[in-house]
Amino acid sequence: MSALLKNPWLRTSSLVIFALVLVVVVNNAAHGAFLEPRNLVQVLQQITYSCVLAVGQTFVIITSGIDLSIGSLVGMTGVVMAKTANALPFDGAPLVLVTLLVGIVVGAIAGWVNAMPVVKLNLPPFITTFAMLEIAFGLAYIISGGSPIPVKSTAFSGIGSGTLFGFVPTPILWMVGVVTIATVLLMKTRFGRYVFALGGNEEAARLAGVNVARVKTIVYMISGVCASIVGFLYMARFASGSPDTGTHDELLEAIAAVVVGGTSLMGGSGSIVGTFFGALLIGLLYNAMNLIHVDSYLQRVVLGAVILLAVVLDELRKRYLQKA
Amino acid sequence: MRGIGKSFPGVRALSGVSLTLNAGEVLALVGENGAGKSTLMKILAGAERADEGGILIDGKEARIASPRDAEALGIGMIYQELNVVPQLTALENIVLGNEPVRGIFLDENAARARATALVEELGMDLPLDQVTSRLSVGAQQLIEIAKALAKKARIIVMDEPTAALTDREIDALFAIIARLKAGGAGIIYISHRMEELPKIADRITVLRDGAAIETRAQADFPQNDIIRAMVGRSVDAHFPEPPVVAADAPVMLDVEHFVRAPAVNDVSFQVRAGEIVGLAGLVGAGRTEIVRAIAGADAVHSGTLRVGGEIVRVRTPHDGIAAGIAFITEDRKRQGLVLGMSVRENTTLAHLAQFVARDGLIDGKRERAAAVKMTDELRVRTPSIEQLVRNLSGGNQQKVVLAKWLLGKARVFLFDEPTRGIDIGAKTEIYALMLELIKNGAAIVMVSSELPEVLGMSHRVLVIRDGKIAQAFGRADATPDRVIAAATGAAA
Repeated sequence: MSALLKNPWLRTSSLVIFALVLVVVVNNAAHGAFLEPRNLVQVLQQITYSCVLAVGQTFVIITSGIDLSIGSLVGMTGVVMAKTANALPFDGAPLVLVTLLVGIVVGAIAGWVNAMPVVKLNLPPFITTFAMLEIAFGLAYIISGGSPIPVKSTAFSGIGSGTLFGFVPTPILWMVGVVTIATVLLMKTRFGRYVFALGGNEEAARLAGVNVARVKTIVYMISGVCASIVGFLYMARFASGSPDTGTHDELLEAIAAVVVGGTSLMGGSGSIVGTFFGALLIGLLYNAMNLIHVDSYLQRVVLGAVILLAVVLDELRKRYLQKA
Repeated sequence: MRGIGKSFPGVRALSGVSLTLNAGEVLALVGENGAGKSTLMKILAGAERADEGGILIDGKEARIASPRDAEALGIGMIYQELNVVPQLTALENIVLGNEPVRGIFLDENAARARATALVEELGMDLPLDQVTSRLSVGAQQLIEIAKALAKKARIIVMDEPTAALTDREIDALFAIIARLKAGGAGIIYISHRMEELPKIADRITVLRDGAAIETRAQADFPQNDIIRAMVGRSVDAHFPEPPVVAADAPVMLDVEHFVRAPAVNDVSFQVRAGEIVGLAGLVGAGRTEIVRAIAGADAVHSGTLRVGGEIVRVRTPHDGIAAGIAFITEDRKRQGLVLGMSVRENTTLAHLAQFVARDGLIDGKRERAAAVKMTDELRVRTPSIEQLVRNLSGGNQQKVVLAKWLLGKARVFLFDEPTRGIDIGAKTEIYALMLELIKNGAAIVMVSSELPEVLGMSHRVLVIRDGKIAQAFGRADATPDRVIAAATGAAA
């Protein structure tokens, strides 16, 4: 047990083992359907939304914060973008670009509002982002008048439901893009290093000259921007902005992906790639259970158990490391 | 307590300490910072366990394995950091953990009756229904005493109870101690303040380096003898003699009228290039707060700071670094290092901008090279620069902290307890490094609770008391007894 706990790759490796077992068992049970490329591509497309949300959440959680507002931000930014797209006098690529930009700005502003009470008054992010969850939820319904807003232009359809080479759905490319940019940002820049430093020891980071307030603010803004990208992808896919998009299980699934992916809720450690695999594992799990006709309520029980297992392992490993 | 011994990893905190406390007396426990007073008392209170030795209460062997055991035996501990719940009222705090109940309900009347009786018996002036956070520190201390007595404590330990009290509150506290004594309680009173011992103590025990050195009745223990027993040794000779500061050396650090209430009260001093100035004084005297204010860790309320002759405004640690000030903090685990990060990441954290290439990304090759160079120079013993600092020894962790600050171009180095908890070999290396720094024209301010270290390393020693410079000594005049006398406020 102790040798296992010492392994820093414990989380990742146990995930891989878990996933392999899953693949073999389910593939046999489903007579080969699980490993079919078409099925796997479908899983990737399904996880795109929770994965992009989880990427933003990863930044926040590494600073030992949390962002509860992302789900309703998806709905709100989607509605805002649908309205914008319908109001703009031009079409085609410029329309897509401007619409996306508006959504990103709205998401960034929401993140900034989330961060201000946290950095200025040291209030818990749980509360400020919880308030934003309610505010954005309400605003989405007010702006949309309570029903989905159909997007008149067809310029978005290539993004929402197009494919590359005829079989890779475009949303997957967005996910790959977001994951790549986020990984570089977190692993290769000064900002990324500071995110880890202040999550690991905020006082030490501050005394080393890190502008803690600025880094935290940017982190919440990134999370808001990720939510707006998901809002954009949903809007493009359904050709409408609906206020209830993102307000179901998206928030919890994103947090689950981060946690299962090895990012510590205590802050200071984690990775974007881990989050991607966390989201992938959860996606595969659901897909596999569907293929072998597991009762949908039982599916929730299994997901909960996987999350619990992940955090228990995390804690055991940390305790072991501290003792060593 | 008989023959108490206790070791922590790498440190022998107590060895063979014995002391006796009689009913109805106040035993004062004195000693330098780190002499073992707190550890000894924690053992009595069940917060730590002794490796050897035993405790007898009323002549019977007592087993104290937890704070609960201590409580059951009538031992009450009043720590320096008070343990009151600020949101509860004074009354609620007094009966906390001991609430009278009727069935499953709290019996408010019984609680009030009990607390009122206690407060009256002791002659305390305490508003019972006031929320504790609104009360003064003195009143909170009274709550702690009442709380201990509510649990029927007969042995009461007070750790520097007067440190944060006003003169009037001290008088009130002493009156209460006198009543407790008259009621047959035994009191162990830990203090750094020489002047209050004659007023309060019956007997005095001096601890030094984890051993009980001497115990005498208060009347037979003059202040000079106490100080001599506390210091005990002459300054160790193993400190390298710092080179003389050139007569024309420019003033590198100039602190003028620094105020940050309540800990820093109008502090002014200068440090020249090539000079080490030691700040001596008791824990809580304001030494750390002074260097924190200089570094920008806490913003000063008023005062002027000059570095290399130029006025600098330092409001955040970032400003401090930009002004060329390096602050090596006292608590490396909490303030100096990100334990979950590698040696490399910690080393470059404060000067990461140096390694950012034109594309905005960190140049990993240059960063690694710099980290390797620094760890080699400082001889940090680590398997690789990718090792997490959590896994290094205290001395090597401290070297990583130093590496972090040496990477920059700092001209002023503030060392707060630079050698706490590290082995003698690493200490010597750190002293050598300090000399290297001043040879290159840096100015050093060193806070240390280890008297030999302050006296051995400093060109000048400033003794801090109550947030002010109580007295300044040149290297030749700074003797242990003079410094201790100035720090404790005893007449020299």
